[in-house]
Amino acid sequence: MSGLKVEVHQEAPIPLAAEFYCAPGEVLALVGPSGSGKTTILRTIAGLYRPRKGRVSVDHEVWLDTDAGIMVPPHRRAAGIVFQSYALFPHMTAIGNVGAALEHLPASHRKKRAAEILQMVNLRGLEDRRPADLSGGQQQRVAVARALARQPKALLLDEPFSAVDSATRERLYQELASMRRRLSMPVVLVTHDLTEALMLADNLCLLHHGRSLQYGRPLDVLERPASVEAARLVGQRNIFSATVVEQRPEFGFTILDWEGHRLETAAAPVFRSGDSVAWLVPPSKVLLHRRDRPSRGTSENPVSGVIAQHILLGDTAVSVLHVDGRDDRRITFQVPAHVAERNRLGVGEKASVSLLASAIHLMKPEPEEQRTLNDRNC
Amino acid sequence: MDWIALWLSLRLGAFTVLFLLPVGIIAGRFLAYTNFPGKGFAEALVALPLVLPPTVFGYYLLVLFGTASPIGSAWQALSGKPLVFSFEGLLLASLVFNLPFAILPMQRGFESIPRELRDAGASCGMPPWRIFRRVELPLAWPGILTASVLSFAHTLGEFGVVLMVGGNIPGETKTIAVAIYDRVQAFDTASAGRMSAILLLISAVTITLTFALSRQMGRRSG
Repeated sequence: MSGLKVEVHQEAPIPLAAEFYCAPGEVLALVGPSGSGKTTILRTIAGLYRPRKGRVSVDHEVWLDTDAGIMVPPHRRAAGIVFQSYALFPHMTAIGNVGAALEHLPASHRKKRAAEILQMVNLRGLEDRRPADLSGGQQQRVAVARALARQPKALLLDEPFSAVDSATRERLYQELASMRRRLSMPVVLVTHDLTEALMLADNLCLLHHGRSLQYGRPLDVLERPASVEAARLVGQRNIFSATVVEQRPEFGFTILDWEGHRLETAAAPVFRSGDSVAWLVPPSKVLLHRRDRPSRGTSENPVSGVIAQHILLGDTAVSVLHVDGRDDRRITFQVPAHVAERNRLGVGEKASVSLLASAIHLMKPEPEEQRTLNDRNC
Repeated sequence: MDWIALWLSLRLGAFTVLFLLPVGIIAGRFLAYTNFPGKGFAEALVALPLVLPPTVFGYYLLVLFGTASPIGSAWQALSGKPLVFSFEGLLLASLVFNLPFAILPMQRGFESIPRELRDAGASCGMPPWRIFRRVELPLAWPGILTASVLSFAHTLGEFGVVLMVGGNIPGETKTIAVAIYDRVQAFDTASAGRMSAILLLISAVTITLTFALSRQMGRRSG
C-alpha cells in the first residue's frame, strides 16, 4: 500500500499507542493537547525518535520496524520536516538553507535548484537574506522550501503556524491550502488547534496521553466523537447523560429520556432500550426560538430555561442556558450578535431552544471513575 | 629583555592550543550532548584545575611525571630523557591545567545550539559528520575561539605550575612569566617592566581580537 503507515506502541518513557495511515496527497492532522505525544510521533516518522515498538513505512519502503530490527537513520529517510521554530540554520542565507538539503546534487546544480524552490514559495529576491533578516512568514516559507527540496516521500509539519501572528497565519493557511494541491506525498500536520485541522486536513487523528482516541474526517471527529473523552478533547461542552427509551430504526430515530425531557435523535441502533448513554449537541446545532415569530422548527426537541451567561465575542454571542432553571443542565449555544440583540438575550432572560435531532450524537457513558475525575477537575 | 623566554612561552601557548583544540571539541561536544551516569563528577574533574592552587596542582604533576611514577618512567624509557624539567613535560602540564579553559567554553558553545537545528540537519539528509561540519562547528565557533584564546593567554601567564614542573631552565622551561619573576629577584626592574608590558600587550590584543571576532560572528549568525 502506498502512502504513510505508522504504528507506535510503548509504555515508557512516554506512553504511546497510535496507528494511522496517510494516503499520498492527503493531509492528516495529529491533534491533541500539549503532552499528547503528537510531536514524538512526528519525530518517530522522521527517525529523530526511536520508540520501543513501532513500524513506519512509506510507499513499501520500511523506515522503522522494531520487530525486524530495522531503523533507517534520519538522514536516509526522505522525510521533509518543518519544525515548530522552523530551525533554520542561522549562519546560512535563505538559499543556503535550501541548498543544505540539496547536498546530494552536484554543487553547480545546487544553487540553481535552490533558487527555483525559493521562487516556488514566493521568496524570489530574498535569497541572500539570513533568517534573522526575514519575517516570521518568510522564515516559514524558507522552512517549507527546505523541507520540499529533497522531494520527500512524506512532509511533516510540526505546529508550523504557532510562531506567527494571526494575520500571517491566515495567509499561510491559504498558501498551504493552495500548495497542497500540488503535493503528491502524504502530509502530516501536528497541531493543537482543531480549527486549523478542520480547515486544512482531510483526516484527523485525535491523540491524548500518547493514545490515538479517534481517526476520521475532522468534522466527524468534532461532531461525532467516539467517546466522552474524545468529545471533551475536541472542546464539546454540551455533554449529558440520558436513557434510551425507544428505538425506531424503521423511522430513523431513537428516543431518549433526559431527566424528564423526551429527546428525539437520529437512529443509533447500537444502543438498546433501557441503555444509559452519553449524548452531545454541538453549540452550533442548538437553535434559538424567535420571540416574535415562533417557527415550525420549535417542535424539534424544545427546551426552555434561563440565560445564565451571555458573552459577545466579536460578531458572535455565546450564551449558556440553564435548562428548567437548573445549573446542572447547562446548554451552550451561539448565535450571531444581531440575532442575540433582536431576541433580547441577556443574563436572567428566559429563552427556548431546539436541539437538532440530526445533530444529537450518542456515545457510551463515561466509566464512573473517569466521570468522578472529570467532575473534580472541573 | 629575555626573547628566548618569550619565544618559549609563545611556542608553549601555540602547542597547547593546537593539542587542546581537538581534545576540547571532542570532550566539550560529548559533555554537551551526552547524558551518562557520573556526568556531574566528570564535569567537576574537568573544572578542578580552576580551583586547585597552582602549586598544589604543580606538585601532583611533578610526582606524576617523576621517574618513580609509571608515566614518568615510561616517558624516560621511550625518549631517553626525563619528563620533568623538560619542554615536553611543561607542555603536558600546560595541557592538563588548561583543560577547563578549553573544554568548558566549547561545551557551552555546543550546548547553545538548539536540538532542532541538528535534527533539521539530519532531516536535510546530512549524515552526522556533515551536521558536525556544516551546523555544529560554525555555530559553536565563538565558544571554540574563546577556549583557544583563554588557553593561550592562560599558558602565557601561568607561573606556579610551570615553576613546579619545569623549573627555570633557559630555552627549555623558562617561560616569560618565570623570567619576569627572575628579573625582579635580580632587581632588574627595567627588564621586568618591559617583559610585563609585552605580556600585557599580547594579552590585550588577543582578548580584543576575540571579542571583535565573536561579535562579528554573533551578528552573522544572529
